[in-house]
Amino acid sequence: MSERTERLSVRKTYKLFIGGAFPRSESGRSYVVTSSKGDFLANAARASRKDARDAVGAARKAFPGWSGATAYNRGQILYRIAEMLEGRRAQFVAEITAMGGVGAKQAGEMVDASVDRLVWYAGWSDKIGAVLGSSNPVAGPYFNLSSPEPTGVVAVVAPQEGPLLGLVSVIAPVIVTGNTCVVIASERAPLPAITLAEVLATSDLPGGVVNILTGSAAEIAPWLAGHMDVNGIDLTGADPELAVTCEELAAENLKRVLRPPVDRVNWLADPGIERMTAFLETKTVWHPIGI
Amino acid sequence: MTTPLAEVASSPSTLRAFLHGLPGVDRVGADARAAMLGTRSIKTTAKKQAIDMAIGMVDLTTLEGADTPGKVRAMCAKAVRPDPTDSSVPPVAAVCVYPDLVATAVEALAGSGVKVASVATSFPSGRSSLEVKVADTSLAVAAGAAEIDMVIDRGAFLAGDYLKVYEEIVATKEACGDSHLKVILETGELATYDNVRRASWLAMIAGADFIKTSTGKVSPAATLPVTLVMLEAVRDFLAATGRKVGVKPAGGIRTTKDAIKYLVLVNETAGPDWLHADWFRLGASSLLNDLLMQRQKMATGRYAGPDYFTLD
Repeated sequence: MSERTERLSVRKTYKLFIGGAFPRSESGRSYVVTSSKGDFLANAARASRKDARDAVGAARKAFPGWSGATAYNRGQILYRIAEMLEGRRAQFVAEITAMGGVGAKQAGEMVDASVDRLVWYAGWSDKIGAVLGSSNPVAGPYFNLSSPEPTGVVAVVAPQEGPLLGLVSVIAPVIVTGNTCVVIASERAPLPAITLAEVLATSDLPGGVVNILTGSAAEIAPWLAGHMDVNGIDLTGADPELAVTCEELAAENLKRVLRPPVDRVNWLADPGIERMTAFLETKTVWHPIGI
Repeated sequence: MTTPLAEVASSPSTLRAFLHGLPGVDRVGADARAAMLGTRSIKTTAKKQAIDMAIGMVDLTTLEGADTPGKVRAMCAKAVRPDPTDSSVPPVAAVCVYPDLVATAVEALAGSGVKVASVATSFPSGRSSLEVKVADTSLAVAAGAAEIDMVIDRGAFLAGDYLKVYEEIVATKEACGDSHLKVILETGELATYDNVRRASWLAMIAGADFIKTSTGKVSPAATLPVTLVMLEAVRDFLAATGRKVGVKPAGGIRTTKDAIKYLVLVNETAGPDWLHADWFRLGASSLLNDLLMQRQKMATGRYAGPDYFTLD
């Protein structure tokens, strides 16, 4: 009679999300992600500066297509992300509760709020132009029209807390307006970010629009802040010291910088449109009347 | 080799016998060797040197139907001073244009030391009569081209009419006068490495000063293994005849990493004697910006962006 043996668990090693693919870190490094009790959860890749460089390249390549897509199309894709995220609800709840601090019920609310957040931003795609654009009275025989345009490639240091809702709340406003982004996920709780990458990969989102790096923000963010081909940086998840370093580095090519919030953010609150306007340019065109 | 090299082209049969008598290329071996050399790690100071060396070897090329004198002049300015913000960047080796724009380039580059190369002989297909090809070459030479990049007749080569190819190269070489002749083999159309080796020898026997992989209009263009085979050919040709011939991979070399792989390949195959713009060139357009970006990254410590360099 055979002895009953316990099934060997599959110890996962996750990878990065760059250009729509899931490569290992160029450095070959990984780190152990543990639960709040110290139990092994998975291995995550520890991205290096070269992974960040590759991710910027992928984001830059994706930018013309994504910013050139119709607002309606971008909204549809964001809505699709929300649908796909909903389908993974149980997995997200398990990953959030494993990190501790919240129970299953609360984690469920976080996931639901993330879905709602995506749907909310999806709706903004074809409305932001109406809110921020204007036709300007000028002293001459011209039309003068202003419209918001995406900034370009945006680096995002995702919040360390609120692993899913916080992450969705920083990515969605950046991409809905046509930017592409490189996101550094929460170092302590990267699993929801990795699962979100799997959601994004199956959501009709063109490869490279969102690139997700796991690892140390302190190591990677300065490289992104100094990168001459990055147009903006969101420092929400950076600690004060890192934020100052990054802002100084970002000055070289006049990146738009979104500083970290002073107070602890309640991600469940109404986000407002500030996160979208932070990475928009205003394009103004003069148009002669009567031709 | 039973027939002396001077006499192999005396008849179609001796030429054929000679070319088919060359040892075959071990395809798997060549691929593996090129891939292995491609893994060499060149960092810090060595990388800095390699980048400057590669910049000095670039044949900055524009071969589009839409080329204008203005575009050629802009490219020439870039060739002389690749990075306007940094005077320590060396000029490139040459600019490469169509024959009708040679005069423009010569005027723009006068006194700079950057050479003007011109494609000729019904580039890129090479499908015309010998008279037209020679006239095409003479036009470019008369306009002041110091280097002529000719294409071989691949149709004749693949049909086995080696003597026709040989005679065309000889005739073009004659039309070149003092100008250097680079012979484009268009390896992407030659199908096998054996053919690449044969075409290399054929071109060298006929008097080529350089052998060049590709026109850049056919995919695949330059690859590492093909360049390896050609580098072996020039090395062996020097040993057999005492005449040194240069090599120019062209097309598809876009990144600094690629360029450095080629330099490693040259050093390890033909030897360090070939690591000079007189003997090795890189035919490229977008490569130069990547080299400049890498150079700036090494100088400033921050990744460079393409917005800060001129468009080709």
